[in-house]
Amino acid sequence: MHERIQIFSIVGSIGLLTLIFELVRRRRLKEKYSLVWLFTGFALLAVATIPGLLNSFGQVMGIYYTPTAFFLIAFFFLTLISLQFSVVISRLSERNKTMSQEVALLKQRIEELEKQGGRG
Amino acid sequence: MRLLAIIPAYNEEATVGRVVAEIHSAMPDADVVVINDGSADSTASAAAASGAAVVNMPFNLGIGGAVQAGYRYAEQGGYDIAVQVDGDGQHDPSEMSAIAGPIMAGEADIVVGSRFLGRSGAAGFKSTRMRRIGISLFARVLSAMTGHRLTDPTSGFRACGRKTIRLFAREYPDDYPEVESLLLAHLAGFRIAEEPVKMRARGGGHSSITPIKSVYYMVKVMMVLFIWLVRKKPEREVWDA
Repeated sequence: MHERIQIFSIVGSIGLLTLIFELVRRRRLKEKYSLVWLFTGFALLAVATIPGLLNSFGQVMGIYYTPTAFFLIAFFFLTLISLQFSVVISRLSERNKTMSQEVALLKQRIEELEKQGGRG
Repeated sequence: MRLLAIIPAYNEEATVGRVVAEIHSAMPDADVVVINDGSADSTASAAAASGAAVVNMPFNLGIGGAVQAGYRYAEQGGYDIAVQVDGDGQHDPSEMSAIAGPIMAGEADIVVGSRFLGRSGAAGFKSTRMRRIGISLFARVLSAMTGHRLTDPTSGFRACGRKTIRLFAREYPDDYPEVESLLLAHLAGFRIAEEPVKMRARGGGHSSITPIKSVYYMVKVMMVLFIWLVRKKPEREVWDA
């Protein structure tokens, strides 16, 4: 890999890892969701610092321009992360729906009880 | 048997009161709950004035979420039968007892009012041509998938028994709930039946589906239907108490 892109990749990976650590430390990012990010950061750092890894990966995949292999790996992890987001969003929206239904039913129940004279 | 009419309503101030009044006169023993799905108009006060119980959703959940709130209400209230009636006046409450009939007789777990079945086939409001093509396409696919003869799967005029109420209170589809809920009921092993009904042109409001979007809608529903082919069955504990 060319020196410049290697330096850029290393700096970028370290920057990403630092940002993730900082977000977890400040509790802005839950540990549960930080794992896949940390894994991505370390994987990118590993392939950036050890050119042999990327070269052999590139050969296995039939990639002749090595930096492309780096982007392929990054793309793979980002795909996983966005898939995880979709799963989490699906669960959240289901829970959000259930909660708003329960809140609405409870409000109706309270109004009903108040009408029956439970207010006093 | 205790019967609940569930009326999902989104901006139906012009018609919802009349629907509730018609249900009261057609079935005096039935309770009525209006699920006001975050309407911007005075649906809530119109429904309350008509004497129905009103559940006000905190924001617009969409038809699936609103109807499910109705099934939760039915389950928590211990009702034996829940009949879904649209708030726009297109369903005739005098036909509620016919739809609830097979449930009371123990012959079906969910009954759909069909505007294309039997004697009603000749009269009544049948929707636009484009819409009818879509409906008959869904009907054929659903009939093949479920093994029941279904002619009007997009009809929101339907009755459910206890088991179905319990299932729908816990799991109900969001996107195309009329069609998908039939597949959910089928996966649970429920008996699905249809009863002929006449539908009226809607009394107010407007359809949620514009003509331009019809084709796109059909494609999306077909894709969703095929996803159901690989869905896991709902756990028996969900509906079997």
